Amino acid sequence: MRISIEVNGAVQQSDVEPRTLLVHWLREQAGLTGTNIGCDSSSCGACTVHLDGEAVKSCTILAVQADGCAVTTIEGLAGPDGLHPMQQAFADHHGLQCGFCTPGMVMAAVGLLRENPAPTEDEVRTGLEGNLCRCTGYHNIVAAVLAAAARGGGR
Amino acid sequence: MIPAPFEYVRAGSADEAVALVSQHGDEAKFLAGGHSLVPLMKLRLAQPSVLVDVGRIRDLSYVRDAGDHLAIGALTRHMDVETSPLVREHAPLLARAASHVGDSQVRHRGTIGGSIAHADPASDLPATTLALGASYVATGPRGTRTIAASDFYRGFLDSALEPDELLVEVRVPKMAGAEWGFQKFVRRAQDWAIVGVAAWRRGRDSGVALVNMGPTPLLARSTMDALRDGAGADEAAQRAADGTDPSSDVNASAEYRAHLARVLVRRALEGRAT
Repeated sequence: MRISIEVNGAVQQSDVEPRTLLVHWLREQAGLTGTNIGCDSSSCGACTVHLDGEAVKSCTILAVQADGCAVTTIEGLAGPDGLHPMQQAFADHHGLQCGFCTPGMVMAAVGLLRENPAPTEDEVRTGLEGNLCRCTGYHNIVAAVLAAAARGGGR
Repeated sequence: MIPAPFEYVRAGSADEAVALVSQHGDEAKFLAGGHSLVPLMKLRLAQPSVLVDVGRIRDLSYVRDAGDHLAIGALTRHMDVETSPLVREHAPLLARAASHVGDSQVRHRGTIGGSIAHADPASDLPATTLALGASYVATGPRGTRTIAASDFYRGFLDSALEPDELLVEVRVPKMAGAEWGFQKFVRRAQDWAIVGVAAWRRGRDSGVALVNMGPTPLLARSTMDALRDGAGADEAAQRAADGTDPSSDVNASAEYRAHLARVLVRRALEGRAT
């Protein structure tokens, strides 16, 4: 089936099997390997991207379901002026250890602040419940998200 | 993990979706948000040969005030149920339960109709709508019918829906100020409930439903009868597991589930919400 998806601002078209998962399409067709595949079962959130502006798990969405939609991946977050404020906050607060969960964590955090620009610490922890860090580095991740929120990073 | 191959068609309306599924027979399945079906297909526990995507039928996503009840379109996403001012005002128990489904990414995609049609006894919304005395509207080649939630759940992942019937609306009676509680016992964030309880109470009237205490969502009828007869929350909750047959698994033994049901029903009847 022919699909057309706007990825990080540029429309990409391709023929896909209906069973192609969005995360595989992003990595293998669009060549964007920043989005990771972790658990493959909608649990870990490593594959989190934005679909029409909302955080979703791209391992549980068929590429054909995203046909005609806009997808933002971690590669689309930084602007011409450098890192997105959330990426910068993760760097400043060392919100990562091995880094595998980081792209999904950052995308989920940006989505969270879009819906709740001034969350409490509890709301950050609950809001990121769909993202697992197997290094258990949650403390600095939460600190990074709170810092980004304080600097108005919810855009 | 990638699903087995299937044919994919997109429906523009409920009638078109029903016609497409009827045309393809038992091998076809409706796809809404896909957050129950796609994981099953990846595990090859479901292998439909045709998916009829109803996810773009925008006129099945709504929350309307229908007098004595709320009418909720089957394709309304969990996030939209959770944040709907109408649901928060008239069915706060349902709004709270919706906020407990999966995680925020899942709630951006999963739909109330999909969750109910999937009929998972461990899911939050089937039991919650059962507690609230909801009814479900289904449309199929033989017309449209309304099914009471209490007649809907037949067995594990099995409902009164025929394979060619599409759930189109969930009707939830307004709670009219009833006290309510919601309890979900999990070991980890975003898990399914080991046991859960959705309950409301107004005087001696009540609705108390159990999550994951058997092959279907269940009403705690002994507890509701006891409340009707004037028992207090503590006494009524002691009967929460009566007549249930919960399973034992890696998370909990059947005995522990029965214990949890009694404790969680008491907490829910005290108006406590997780």
